[in-house]
Amino acid sequence: MSKEIRLKKGLNINLIGEADKVYSSVKASERYVVKPTDFHGLTPKLDVKVGEKVKAGTTLFFDKYNDKVNFCSPVSGEVIDIIRGAKRRILEVVLKADAIIVYEQFTTDTAKNISREKIIDTMLNAGIWPFIRQKPYDVIANPADMPKAIFISAFNSAPLTIDNDFALYGMDELFQKGLDYIVQLTSGKTHLNIDGSTNPSTVFTKAKGVEINKISGAHPAGNVGIQVHHIDPINKGEVVWYLEPQDVIAVARLFTEGKYDVSRIVALAGSQVKKPKYYRTIAGATIANLLVNNITEGDNRIISGDILTGKHIDVNGTLGFYDTTITVIEEGKEQEFLGWILPGLHKFSASKTFLSWLTPSKKYTLNANMHGEERAYVMTGEYEKVLPMDIFPAHLIKACMIEDIELMENLGIYEVSPEDFALCEFVCTSKIEVQTIIRNALELVRKENS
Amino acid sequence: MKLFKNVLESVKPLFVKGGKLEKMYPAYDAFETFLFVPDHTTKSGSHIRDAVDLKRTMAFVVLSLIPCIIFGMWNIGDQYYSAISSETNFLNNLIFGFWKFLPLLAVSYAVGLSVEFAFAISRGHSVNEGYLVTGMLIPLIMPVDVPLWMLAVSVVFAVVIGKEVFGGTGMNILNPALTARAFLFFAYPSYMSGDKVWVHGAGTDGYSGETILGALASNTSSWDNLKWSFNDALIGYIPGSVGETSFIAIIIGALILIFSGVGSWRIILSTFLGGYLTALLFNLWGVNFLMSTPAHIHLLIGGFAFGAVFMSTDPVSGSQTNRGKIIYGLLIGFFAIVIRVFNPAYPEGMMLAILLMNVFAPLIDHYIVDASIKKRLQRTN
Repeated sequence: MSKEIRLKKGLNINLIGEADKVYSSVKASERYVVKPTDFHGLTPKLDVKVGEKVKAGTTLFFDKYNDKVNFCSPVSGEVIDIIRGAKRRILEVVLKADAIIVYEQFTTDTAKNISREKIIDTMLNAGIWPFIRQKPYDVIANPADMPKAIFISAFNSAPLTIDNDFALYGMDELFQKGLDYIVQLTSGKTHLNIDGSTNPSTVFTKAKGVEINKISGAHPAGNVGIQVHHIDPINKGEVVWYLEPQDVIAVARLFTEGKYDVSRIVALAGSQVKKPKYYRTIAGATIANLLVNNITEGDNRIISGDILTGKHIDVNGTLGFYDTTITVIEEGKEQEFLGWILPGLHKFSASKTFLSWLTPSKKYTLNANMHGEERAYVMTGEYEKVLPMDIFPAHLIKACMIEDIELMENLGIYEVSPEDFALCEFVCTSKIEVQTIIRNALELVRKENS
Repeated sequence: MKLFKNVLESVKPLFVKGGKLEKMYPAYDAFETFLFVPDHTTKSGSHIRDAVDLKRTMAFVVLSLIPCIIFGMWNIGDQYYSAISSETNFLNNLIFGFWKFLPLLAVSYAVGLSVEFAFAISRGHSVNEGYLVTGMLIPLIMPVDVPLWMLAVSVVFAVVIGKEVFGGTGMNILNPALTARAFLFFAYPSYMSGDKVWVHGAGTDGYSGETILGALASNTSSWDNLKWSFNDALIGYIPGSVGETSFIAIIIGALILIFSGVGSWRIILSTFLGGYLTALLFNLWGVNFLMSTPAHIHLLIGGFAFGAVFMSTDPVSGSQTNRGKIIYGLLIGFFAIVIRVFNPAYPEGMMLAILLMNVFAPLIDHYIVDASIKKRLQRTN
């Protein structure tokens, strides 16, 4: 039975700089980077050397502990650099793209005549597998597992994120094709969760073979972790897999065209973008050509991903493997005279300690300033208001801080991801780095259990 | 503003690593961040942050106390002039009260902040804002005539034993302001009870400055026969600790706290409810005058309302779970009235009730969290 869930907790942050629903085109990127650091907990082993020619779909590196999981080149061209960090850890594999992309050819099969093993093998070979991620731990799914369910969140609720209804417009057939393969990966149900407060695109509402659930509420209603918690919560030892709607398209392209095609739609958004719009690009592409002449001069923070969970990159940076939004905001590295006393008409706060509560529908320009220093926990009940889960967030975070694994398990560590706590981090009066704490704890538990 | 910035910039080299006063950096940092919200930016994760910080939160608690402070100062004057049977006016009262209250406030902040800074410097951490509120609360829960040296000793005791030994702000078990009051109450009881200390000038010419609770506890007169009316207690024309007398001023503060989200409505409402229901119960029994005092009067007199709004809501020493907060509040209300009616030696039951529940708050939370853990485990069975 499909479910209808109304979430009461959460917080919508109204920001200036939402992308207009218009496509803009720019010159294709020449430089592409595949970053092992996009994949949590991955130890990569290189399969290519500097100077090697590759096609789109040629394996660049694989998982040292699961050598079937390949990570492939998004374009054809040449490996021009391999950047390493401390202890020779691989940080980036840099590629120079050909003018015309040449693809590796993988086998294609119709969804009806293919076994689960064959689907998994094809996805592993072609480098599409890393799109399938799992909860708990928020890492790439282990192909040897049988997930109890698969989840796809059709909408994003975080501020300034891509609108999937727009990005997947007209792709009904391709999306359905992708789903036809994905549903075979689980013995349980595949849940496609749509926004219950709007009229979502027929791409999602007419999808077949899946459970369509309606979720409504403020952010983080669109987070898959929140949806799993309310639809089919994870217990110790259980695994669910999840992927993004655009990843479903990549799966469909693999099985229909035999290509590793990770081209995608991204939203360029944020208060520093002059004309926020949608663009077609490829995972790993440099973003400089999107930003040129399109961002306001100044000290800017460029984020690959959304404003609450994305990665800080520089102007020569590249689009992360899973990211569908590029956000540019002001850095805001400046002091403010007696800022904690001023009335604060233009300051956004979930509390009503600034006069900005007088204008609830106002849109804000927020920068990356912390607005305070880190302190010990004093306030209580803040996190509970923005986390629509049956979990005690402050208690869980304290358990993570003291690295008490049994307590973390009891308090629900298997059900959470850092992104679900992004709003807790946002509202925190004591400015605690909540997402980092949760990420480190998940890594600790994962290592302990493996 | 430019001037402040220049001064800070010019002395900063002394305090940074390698400077002559390197160890004093926390003190410098406290002043700098007091004047300027720092330019720190996020590193990862949530790239944007809520504008609220601990300074703002604490400033809001102080803001919510302002009605109590102003009324308290006025009332010091009003009580004094009526004790000496002299004509007075609004401004006179306020000015008299101001000069009586200022030394209390100055001692509280000077002594408390000195201890805070000393601990911050010796431990090398930044100065927490908690004392901004504690330092304001302490003089508000003291009798106006408390000797300043006693106030200073109690502040040192509260900050060191009540807070710093546990690790500082955020780690304390007991409410620091109430720790100061409890210390004085047990160390120098004659200055914290009776009919001399609540009104300046009382006792010198035979005027009794007894509080309502004191009068009721002596069991000589019922509420109906006292010289004070319901309106006196509601508005606060009564003797008592500086900030506790006006129910209306306290409720204005409560509304500010609840609306801004700084104070927990769960704790405030459940404390009043707990107190009211308990007092109703004792009305039925009614063997002494405190028991037979109408339930709603119990909420107006003594420190009940002030404690419910400003003391029990301390998020550090109170219960931290939403359900726990309700139980915590109900029990504070309950014990405050129980202590009042059964133990005339401690008619101010609120202080002891809150301190008692501070100790039990973690236990309440433990059972609330444990219930959630059991629920989670049951899912797999």
